[in-house]
Amino acid sequence: MPPVNSIVCVKPVPDPRRWSELALDPVTKTLRREGIPIVLNPLDKHALEEALRIKERFGGRVTAISMAPLTATDSLREAIAIGADDAVLLSDKSFAGADTLATSYVLAAAIKKLGKFDLILCGNQSLDGGTGQVVPEIAEFLGAPHVTYVRKMALLDGGIARVERAVENGYMLIEARMPLVLSVVKEINIPRHVSLMRISEAMQAEVPVWTSRDLDVDRSRIGLSGSPTQVADLFLPVLKRRGEMLSGAPDAVSKLLIEKLHELGVL
Amino acid sequence: MSVSIEMLGCGRKIADKLNTDLTALLLGHDVRDLADELVAHGADRVYLVESELLTFYHSEAYASIIAELAEKSRPEIFLLGSTGTGRDLAPRVAAKLYTGLTADCVSLDVDETGQLLQVVPAFGGNVMATVVCPKHRPQMATVRPGVMRPPTRVVERHGEVVKIPVDIKEEDFSIKILDIVTEEPKAAPIETADIVVAGGWGVGSIDNWRLIEELARSMGASVGATRPPVDEEWASEDQLIGQSGKTVRPRLYVGIAISGAMQHLVGVQDSKVIVAINKDPNAPIFKGADFGIVADFQDVVPRLAEEIRKLR
Repeated sequence: MPPVNSIVCVKPVPDPRRWSELALDPVTKTLRREGIPIVLNPLDKHALEEALRIKERFGGRVTAISMAPLTATDSLREAIAIGADDAVLLSDKSFAGADTLATSYVLAAAIKKLGKFDLILCGNQSLDGGTGQVVPEIAEFLGAPHVTYVRKMALLDGGIARVERAVENGYMLIEARMPLVLSVVKEINIPRHVSLMRISEAMQAEVPVWTSRDLDVDRSRIGLSGSPTQVADLFLPVLKRRGEMLSGAPDAVSKLLIEKLHELGVL
Repeated sequence: MSVSIEMLGCGRKIADKLNTDLTALLLGHDVRDLADELVAHGADRVYLVESELLTFYHSEAYASIIAELAEKSRPEIFLLGSTGTGRDLAPRVAAKLYTGLTADCVSLDVDETGQLLQVVPAFGGNVMATVVCPKHRPQMATVRPGVMRPPTRVVERHGEVVKIPVDIKEEDFSIKILDIVTEEPKAAPIETADIVVAGGWGVGSIDNWRLIEELARSMGASVGATRPPVDEEWASEDQLIGQSGKTVRPRLYVGIAISGAMQHLVGVQDSKVIVAINKDPNAPIFKGADFGIVADFQDVVPRLAEEIRKLR
């Protein structure tokens, strides 16, 4: 097997443990997310781990890329600390507000600029958007096949990947020719531990920033104005319930609850 | 199949509002009988595409056939189920058609201009967003299973079944499906359970998680979880309720040590009765609950399990 060059697409996301702090501005209908720290999307670490294992076995390079605001530089440095050979940040005001299609379009343009690749590895979905749409869309723009929900993979001779794709109640066993776009679920591996010292060392790493001028992109297809989907409205969901609070010692309150549930015939 | 039926119900309502017709796409091998089911549930027309290579979902084959059909028939709206297959297929098709796609819709309607209003939980469901696709067609969306009410089956309904011939060969594709392996499910799936007991981040440890499982056993319930217990691997991905997880509609839902992020509340809102147990009296879950108990779950949950066992 010749060396395998991988590109790992990563996304910095607001720390999910702090999501309840997101506030909706009733006037501007925008989300206030100040003060919520940014972390690397957890599944992306599994994608990076898989790319590193392939590199350790067959040689080749691992490149991390992300389309994000400039503040994402540290997330890409973290990818370098974990083991990526290099990283590129795609950042430009004109990229802002992109939906999944406009995001995939820019990522695919950057991947084309990076040159020949064997594998694109991504997390199956991000924690914040959670659509899982970017991976098949990138693959289509690159004209490469894709497999999502990959929970196990092996590379065979002749540039073939054999993968298990998790489905409801089981898995599909698939063989696919590289170049290939794969998105992984967490069952695929356990990401390596990286020391804080190594991360702080990597915080000096150079991460080149590419703007729309560095890429061969049609400006009518990028950012908010180039996105087919638009958010027309944001609102807080309304939920109507009885809201009856029960109190008492553990024994008493347990009995009371059981009584109430029996009355309603749901237990 | 169930989300397909649910989509026909919602698609029928939208088609009637727009005074247009509703077409179902059916791909597979030896699936002609299913076409009649689609008509009975509301389709005016079924495009039937059959080939042995379509027996199992094949992303390249399905996406190219469907994109070609969409280009020819030019629908205004195109819905797919937000299942593992739909989530893999829909974006590939959307990119081929260069159009917008909204993931995991929980509600769909059209406005007076015929624009599709697609409601999705955003930012983990802490807020809801209405998404539109003003300039591109079709307006594509995946629909969360278990959310839309299935329509009534009317055997007498008439519809047209149009066979679409395809000429595909295994060599046309870079991927090959070798096998489909079924694995034993670990428990009754939460989306069909009558009772669901779910735990959140506040449960605190894998040892404490056993208390949740023990209560579920006493009630004959399935165990659900919010995102953190799944990330901590106390629970598995198929137990996840809410954003990018499942919607449950049991007759009784018990949320334990769950603060109640909106994404989770949206995922359980169709439950008949909701019970919340949390030590924080200000936890948002109490606002979406029928019965609330402010207490440390470690004190209440074992008592509750014991009392229920006495009754059985």
